[in-house]
Amino acid sequence: MAGVISVRELSVVLGGRFQALRRVSFDVGKGKIIGFIGPSGAGKTTLIRTIVGRQHVKHGKVMVLGKKAGTAALRSRVSYMTQELSVYSDLTVHENLLYFARMRGLKGKAALEACRQVLTRVALQDKSTVLVANLSGGQKQRVSLAVTLLGDPELLVLDEPTVGLDPVLREQLWQLFHELVETGKTIVISSHVMDEAERCDDLLLLRGGEIVAHEAPHELCKRTSSKTVEQAFLKLAGVGK
Amino acid sequence: MSPLRTFATAGRVLLQLLHDPRTVGLILIVPCILIALLKYVFDTQPSLFNHVAPLILGIFPLLMMFLVASIATLRERKSGTLDRLLTMPMGKLDFIFGYAWAFALLALVQAVVVSAVALGLLGVTVLGGAPSVVFAAVMAAFLGMALGLFVSAFATSEFQAVELVMPILMPQILLCGLFAPRDHMAQVLQWLTDVFPLTYSVDAMRQIALHTTWTSQFVRDLLVVLGCTVVALILGSLTIRRHSN
Repeated sequence: MAGVISVRELSVVLGGRFQALRRVSFDVGKGKIIGFIGPSGAGKTTLIRTIVGRQHVKHGKVMVLGKKAGTAALRSRVSYMTQELSVYSDLTVHENLLYFARMRGLKGKAALEACRQVLTRVALQDKSTVLVANLSGGQKQRVSLAVTLLGDPELLVLDEPTVGLDPVLREQLWQLFHELVETGKTIVISSHVMDEAERCDDLLLLRGGEIVAHEAPHELCKRTSSKTVEQAFLKLAGVGK
Repeated sequence: MSPLRTFATAGRVLLQLLHDPRTVGLILIVPCILIALLKYVFDTQPSLFNHVAPLILGIFPLLMMFLVASIATLRERKSGTLDRLLTMPMGKLDFIFGYAWAFALLALVQAVVVSAVALGLLGVTVLGGAPSVVFAAVMAAFLGMALGLFVSAFATSEFQAVELVMPILMPQILLCGLFAPRDHMAQVLQWLTDVFPLTYSVDAMRQIALHTTWTSQFVRDLLVVLGCTVVALILGSLTIRRHSN
């Protein structure tokens, strides 16, 4: 299986003081959903930012799709959904999508067609002409996800994509993630919600900037004799002994 | 840099403005009202109004565009949209020139409207003619936009962005020669005004008011304004970093 992400001995210190990541090493294969799971401050967002090239790598090595993370050639192959909505609330859904489609290099009819397709994907066809500011929280989140899907990227990096969503919508999004993976895409998802971990193909449990575990959810539960990933995480973190 | 992305960005910024008619109204109408107000401030001294009004035409566009640009780019930085854009195949110059084109168009409309009111309705006389006034006003607006883009990196809230007008623009407005001739000021202040870009924007307007043709001083003033704009844009682009430490 071809490696999509390869991280070796990655350490990141933020602001010259806070050690966000400590000697992190792991690989991610193609066509998988990998979850970066851990509590707030575990280093999930920093790790995601190094993968998409927003965080400068001083110590260690981060390779994405065979190239150094952040190189120009990766910008059309990797798509990033930030924790914030990262869309223009004073534009309509369609205007947002069309702008970001053009930023991804799509022109004319191809851009319009891409917008139509991603709107269908996130089930927001009927909201195309609505200002983003007038949408509900869940709908805004779906617009942000739709932007991430533009341009047919190979790797989707989603920072807390389901935060604040109702259970029905979360279920729909997870269905979408699995559909995308079936088409050969690789998805990195960060979450601090442990029950989401069960839905990933592979898990990277993080705590205090270090990897606590890296394996499939069922393997993790089996190894730690736990019923849930949350239990496994607590055992590995040494909490509640 | 690609024309598609640059003009897409300019179009997007203009669309955002169109969705906010109140802001557009404030940008276009407030300067007209203030110029009209000034006429009645100098009700018994029309020659003084005729002297001051063209100088004001060099200040308004710069001030307005500084505010609009600094808040707009601060929003990009804070809302995560810039973060997302920087992971896309967009050049930093696409972003900066996209804003520049959009605000240049807005500045042109503002300059035409304000000049029409000042020269047409209020009877301000400028020997150099309306097109030169509009041209110099657009240049001033361009400078304001570039400065706003640059200083937005130093603000963490919209409140701070507005407050930055006080240390950055107010000293320039006070010392640009609007309230007292520069050569009547203390020597230290004269040196300061020599390095303030607004001095040259206001002086360009004075040149247009007093001369029927473009003087060498007018051209020098515009070149200084242009140079400062380019420097501010370069500094602004340096504050937009793809990789943070």
